[in-house]
Amino acid sequence: MKRSLMGRKVIVFFLIPALSLIFVFLILPGVWVLKIGMTNETLTGAKARNPDFVGFENYAKVLSDRFFYNALRITLLFVLGSAIIGQAGLGLSLALLTYRRRRLKSFIQSVVILAWIIPEVVVAYLWIAFLDKDYGTLNMLLSAIGLRKINWFYEHPLLTIIVFNVWRGTAYSMLLFSAALETIPPSYLETAEVIGASSWRKFKDVILPNIRSYILTDLILITLWTFNVFTPYLLTGGGPSFRTELLSIYIYRTAFRYFKLGYGASIATIALLINFALAMFYLSLSRRKRT
Amino acid sequence: MRDPRRASRIVSYILLAPIVAFFVSPILWLIVTPFSIRPSLFISLNGFTLNNFTRVFQNRTAVNAFRNSLVISVSVVVLVTTCALLAAYVLSRHDFKGRNVLLYMLVLFSSVVSGAAAMVPIFILNLRLGLINTELGVILTLSGGIMPTALFILKDFFDSIPRTYEEAALVDGSSPLQVMFRIFLPLSSKGVIVIAMLVFTQSWSNFLVPFVLLRSTSKYPVSVAIYTFFSEVGVPDIGMISAYAFLYTLPVIFAYVLIERKFGFSFYGGIKG
Repeated sequence: MKRSLMGRKVIVFFLIPALSLIFVFLILPGVWVLKIGMTNETLTGAKARNPDFVGFENYAKVLSDRFFYNALRITLLFVLGSAIIGQAGLGLSLALLTYRRRRLKSFIQSVVILAWIIPEVVVAYLWIAFLDKDYGTLNMLLSAIGLRKINWFYEHPLLTIIVFNVWRGTAYSMLLFSAALETIPPSYLETAEVIGASSWRKFKDVILPNIRSYILTDLILITLWTFNVFTPYLLTGGGPSFRTELLSIYIYRTAFRYFKLGYGASIATIALLINFALAMFYLSLSRRKRT
Repeated sequence: MRDPRRASRIVSYILLAPIVAFFVSPILWLIVTPFSIRPSLFISLNGFTLNNFTRVFQNRTAVNAFRNSLVISVSVVVLVTTCALLAAYVLSRHDFKGRNVLLYMLVLFSSVVSGAAAMVPIFILNLRLGLINTELGVILTLSGGIMPTALFILKDFFDSIPRTYEEAALVDGSSPLQVMFRIFLPLSSKGVIVIAMLVFTQSWSNFLVPFVLLRSTSKYPVSVAIYTFFSEVGVPDIGMISAYAFLYTLPVIFAYVLIERKFGFSFYGGIKG
């Protein structure tokens, strides 16, 4: 075919609306944050109009900020517990338990997906109700079988948001691993069965080597997502006494509760750099897979 | 000898039962409480009533927030679907220099610039543009964030549509724009509808963007309104909140079922094929 589907003018005209929106509201903020992080801009007061350029002063402050280290530690435990152990572990278990059982799988998947698609503010209130110390369903059940009622948000705050986030996000891992299991030729498993391999050996020697790349993909993506999650704020507000203050919540508090935009931007820059590293890792993996 | 398969089935049910209970219990509350005469935080249906829904419609903030959510979501759907459609068409049908680099940069930025961290520069951008506390600011911010994903899925979908029809029409002397609107759009309507649905659920459910950018209660969408209902001081009206949350969740579930049932598998096939 010699004639092109469209001329140069049409191409530019078609690309401009989407690209300019992405440029102004995504790329520009992503780059601009570097500069704001080097100012002492605040939302109100004298520094709101005329912020000073302070260079790396904010970053020096971050390095001795105990709230920053607290948030980093909580985020690390949160990602490790809720994503890497919780979502990936439970997702893989569910995929294995429903492997080759179509009706069971579609039932379990719809339940797990439901937890994933309900809007986050609704999900937060569902859990506030479920875990309420006096009338929540969980404590009513505990006391019905003679156990002590537990004030979950005060006695085990971090564990609570970890379990919550496992509930919220397992769907992706389950779907990915279910699809991954489908790519293993059934004959591999049948052969293993014929020679009398135990379930553990089948998992370790046949299943695991065949889904290894999917596991890596899953771990990077859910780490990236969990690292940025803000929903626990709706459950705990970061408390009690900062024990559930994730990095995302600390950034929110600094920039939008204490109105320290410059300092908030410098912490945000660190978070975005971590995002960047994770995203590059993911992209290099998916590129290698294609070639 | 007993059948080992049957034994493993029973074991799997024993393992799955508590997991299913874990996933279902919190959701059960959302299904039962809106219809309960004496709604409480405990899951219990004591008599059926629609009274809780009546109270939602009598609450001016609640009704207003529904309208705001609708305005925001529909605007984002129209804006993103239109822009992504045009750009994805070009990216799918025309190979120009730097196309792959462009696509690569888009994925990278859309996954890096997200969450509360991204809200700091986005807030300042809206501040400088005079868009704080405006629905337009929320609409544009949401659109910029969703656009790359929408663009990608659409481009993948368009790649799966054969070019032969368009080429034949060109040979017949149609103009490129005629080809796009008369030949290509009807063929791609499925993908466009799926994208519109996905964009709708994303913008309808979003909490963080309006929470950070809006200040007056009268402009809040449902997500922020529900949060203020249950987090403000005083005794929350559990019946009203549950009914409101129920109404707010319905369209999202409806959209997902529609995507899954009507378009899900063929669409997925479109991506893979």
